Amino acid sequence: MASITELDVNGTRRRIGADGERSLLSVLRDDLELTGTKFGCGEGQCAACTVLVDGQPMKSCITKLASVAAKRIVTIEGLAPKGKLHPVQEAFLEADALQCGWCTPGMIMGAVGLLKRFPNASEADIVKGMDGHICRCGTYPRVVAAIRAAARKGVHA
Amino acid sequence: MSPHLSRRDFFAVLGGGIVVLLIADDADAQETGGGRGRGMREQLPEQVSAWLHIGENGAVTVFTGKVEVGQNARTSLTQAVAEELRAPAESIRMVMGDTDLTPYDMGTFGSRTTPTMWPQMRKAAAAAREMLIDLAAEKWNVDRASISVTNGHVSAAAHSANFGELTHGQKLTKSIPSSVTLEPATEWRVAGTSLAKVNGPQIVTGAHKYSFDVSRPGMLHGKVLRPDSFGAQLASLDSSAAEAMPGVKVVRDGNFVGVTAPDMPAAERALAALKAQWQPAAAPTNSRDVFAFFKSHAQNAPNGGAALTKYSVAYIAHVPLEPRAAVAEWGSDGKLTVWTGTQRPFGVRSELAAKFGLTDDRVHVLMPDTGSGYGGKHEGDAAVEAAVLAKAAGKPVKLNWNREEEMTWAYFRPAGLIEVTGKVSPDGTLTNWEFHNYNSGSSGLNSPYEVASKHEQFHQTPMPLRQGSYRGLAATANHFVRESYMDELAHSIKMDPLEFRLKNAKDERLRNAIAAAADKFGWKARRKTAGRGFGIAAGFEKGGYVATCAEVSISPKGEVHVVRIVEAFECGAIVNPEHLRNQVDGAVAMGIGGALFEHIDFEDGRILTDRLSKYRVPRFSDMPVIESVLLDRKDLPSAGAGETPIVGVAPAIGNAIFDATGKRLRSLPMVPKGMPTGESTASLL
Repeated sequence: MASITELDVNGTRRRIGADGERSLLSVLRDDLELTGTKFGCGEGQCAACTVLVDGQPMKSCITKLASVAAKRIVTIEGLAPKGKLHPVQEAFLEADALQCGWCTPGMIMGAVGLLKRFPNASEADIVKGMDGHICRCGTYPRVVAAIRAAARKGVHA
Repeated sequence: MSPHLSRRDFFAVLGGGIVVLLIADDADAQETGGGRGRGMREQLPEQVSAWLHIGENGAVTVFTGKVEVGQNARTSLTQAVAEELRAPAESIRMVMGDTDLTPYDMGTFGSRTTPTMWPQMRKAAAAAREMLIDLAAEKWNVDRASISVTNGHVSAAAHSANFGELTHGQKLTKSIPSSVTLEPATEWRVAGTSLAKVNGPQIVTGAHKYSFDVSRPGMLHGKVLRPDSFGAQLASLDSSAAEAMPGVKVVRDGNFVGVTAPDMPAAERALAALKAQWQPAAAPTNSRDVFAFFKSHAQNAPNGGAALTKYSVAYIAHVPLEPRAAVAEWGSDGKLTVWTGTQRPFGVRSELAAKFGLTDDRVHVLMPDTGSGYGGKHEGDAAVEAAVLAKAAGKPVKLNWNREEEMTWAYFRPAGLIEVTGKVSPDGTLTNWEFHNYNSGSSGLNSPYEVASKHEQFHQTPMPLRQGSYRGLAATANHFVRESYMDELAHSIKMDPLEFRLKNAKDERLRNAIAAAADKFGWKARRKTAGRGFGIAAGFEKGGYVATCAEVSISPKGEVHVVRIVEAFECGAIVNPEHLRNQVDGAVAMGIGGALFEHIDFEDGRILTDRLSKYRVPRFSDMPVIESVLLDRKDLPSAGAGETPIVGVAPAIGNAIFDATGKRLRSLPMVPKGMPTGESTASLL
C-alpha cells in the first residue's frame, strides 16, 4: 500500500509519512501526537477512539488511513480550538458525565455527530445512537442527560 | 514519602514558604526550631502521611500518595484543604502518587481515602491556616483572635494580606499530630458541597495525559511476546527475522521475550515475526469444572452435616478502559523513572526495586490520573516489562498493553462456590445460619442480621487463575448469596422480603437504609404484572450501609431487562453529593454486568473471552432508571463510597427475577444467554 503523505486534521493539512493500511487511530496518536483520541479495544467495540470524518463519527481504530486520506478529520483537540469549550463539552462537565474520563473524548465526538443527525435527539435516540460507546465507570445516565441538555440548548455544531 | 528527602531539600525543590507535615504517630509530632525552621531535623520523620506547602507566591500545593482513578479523590481531597485553609479550590494543586514527592502510601484501595486521608488533609490544612494567623499576628502586632481567614485572604480590622504576602521570605515547617480535632460536618462550607471535578476541563478537551499517552524524548516502543497459555515454557525461539528489521531489538530473559522498535507499527511487525515454540503446562481446571475443583481442593471443608444450598460466582474481568501502560526511562545515574497507571505507586516502586536490585530511592514512580482501576491495577506488570526493555535498549521505552493482553495477563475477580443454609421460626425470626465461601474471599462474609446461631467460614483453595482485588472484593459474592438466600427463607414462610429483613435487622443504620430504599421505590404499593418482578437486598460493607430495590422485566423470549433501581446509601457525612451519586450510578452499572452476563470462560490455560466482542460489558441500552437516596449523617465520620454501592445490585435483581418467574438463579452471571430453560438451578457439582 502506498504511503500517505498528508492528512487534513482539525482544519490543518498535516505532513505525515504513513502506510495507508495503518489505522487512523495509530497515525493520530503515534505520528501526530494527538493523544486525546483513546485506544480501548482495537476492534470497534468500545468507540473510545471516535473522531469525526467529514462530520460523521467513525471508530478510528478500525478505519484505515488510506480510506480517509482525502477527508476532513476532527479530533477532540479540534473541537474547541480557541480554548472555548464546545457546548457538548460544557454539557458533559455540567452533568458530571465522566469519572476516569478515558471514554470521554470518544463519547463527546460521538455525541457531536449524533446531534448533527438528530438535533432534538430523544432519550431513545441517544441510547440507540450511543450504544456502541462503552463507559466502564457507568456514567451512562449522565451522558444521556448531558446530550439532552446540549440538544435543548440547540447544538448544531 | 521519601524519607530520603530532607527538609532542606524540600524547600530547595519547592521554594520558600511554609510546610505542614502531618505525622501519623503523635509521639513524633513536634514543632521544629521554635516554628521558625531553625535547627530542623535533617531527615523527615518516616511516618508522615501528608504534607502541604504554601509558597512565597501564595500557591498551595498538597502532597499525598493517594491516586486518582476516576473516583474523584483529587476533587474530594481538594475540598478538604479548601475547607480548612479557607482558600478557593482553584488555588490548590494536588500532587498525587509521585513516589519522589509524596509521602509513602500503601495504595488507593479498600475505600480508605475518605476515612483516612481526607481527615488528614483537613488537619494539615487547618494547621497551615493557624500558621498563617500566627504570621499575621506577629506582622501586624494584633491579637490572634481578631484575625480571620476567608477566601484566600487573611485579615484583621485594618489589615489584609494574601497568603503569599505572609509566607514571603519564610522557611517554616511544622509537624502536627493526627489527633488534632476538627470542626463538625454541620459547620462545613466547601466540604459537603458538589464541587465539580477539578480537572474535568483537561479531560473533556483531551488534554490530560494518561500513562497511555506519556511520551519521552528518544522513546522507543515495546511489545511483549505472550506465552501460548498460562504456565507455558518457551521451548525455542527464532528471532532472526525480527532482529533483521531496522531499529529492532529483541530482548530475551528466560521465559520473557520482548521487542523494541522506533515506532509502534514496527514493534508490532517485529513481534509478529518472532517464531516461538511453547511447552504447555497442565491446566488445573476450566470454567465449567472450577466450582467442583474449589470444593475438592478446599481446606477445612465441612463434611456432611446440614444440607447446603449451592451458589456460585464466575471469574470476571475489571476491563479498565485504559489498559495497563508504562513508560520507563533509565537515567545516566542509573536511576529508574516509570510513569504508569497503578493504584499502588509505592508498591510498584518496590516491585521495580526488587526486580533490578535497587534501593527504593533509586526508583521513581509517577502515576498520572488513570483510566480507571476498580481494584484491577494493583500490580506493576507493565512497569516491570517496560523497565526491562528500556534497560536493554538503553533508551526510554513505552509499553501499552492491548485489550487481549489486559483481559488475559492481568488478574480477575475470583470465582467462588458458596454454600449456605439457615432456619427461620414461623414468626420470621432467623435462628440458624451457616455459610461457606470457597475461594471468592472473606469480605462481607459476616451477616449484618441478628441470628442466635451462626457459622461463617472462608475456605482457601488453590487458584486456577491469577486473581486479585475488585471493586467490593468478595462482598459482592457474599451479599449475592446471603441476600438471595434471605429471600428464599422469606418465601419459605410466605413473609414479605422487606418485612423479613426488618424483622432480623437490628442495626439502626441498616434499618434506615432499608426503609429509605423501600419508601422511595414504593415497595408496599408495588403491583405485579406479567413479566415484571420486584426484589430487595441490603448490606453493610467498608463502613457504609446500602439497600437496593430492583424492578425487572422479562420478555416472552426470556430476555431480562433491569427497568429501575432504587438505592439508598449511607456512608456517614457526605463529602460531595454529586460525586457520591455518580459513584452509586457507576456501581449499579458495573453491578448489572456481573449480575447478568459478565463471565470469563477458560480452557486449557487460555482465556476464551479475551476481547470486548467476546466479553459483554454493560452499555447504554442495559441501563435502568437509577434513583439514589443519599442519607447524610453529619454526626458520623465519612466512609468511603467507591465499593459498597455495588454489593446489593446482583441479589436485588436475582430476587426480582424470582418474583417474576419463580425461578431462583443461584449462579453469577444469572442470565448470560437469557432466562435458562428447564431446571432453575444449574448443577454445579
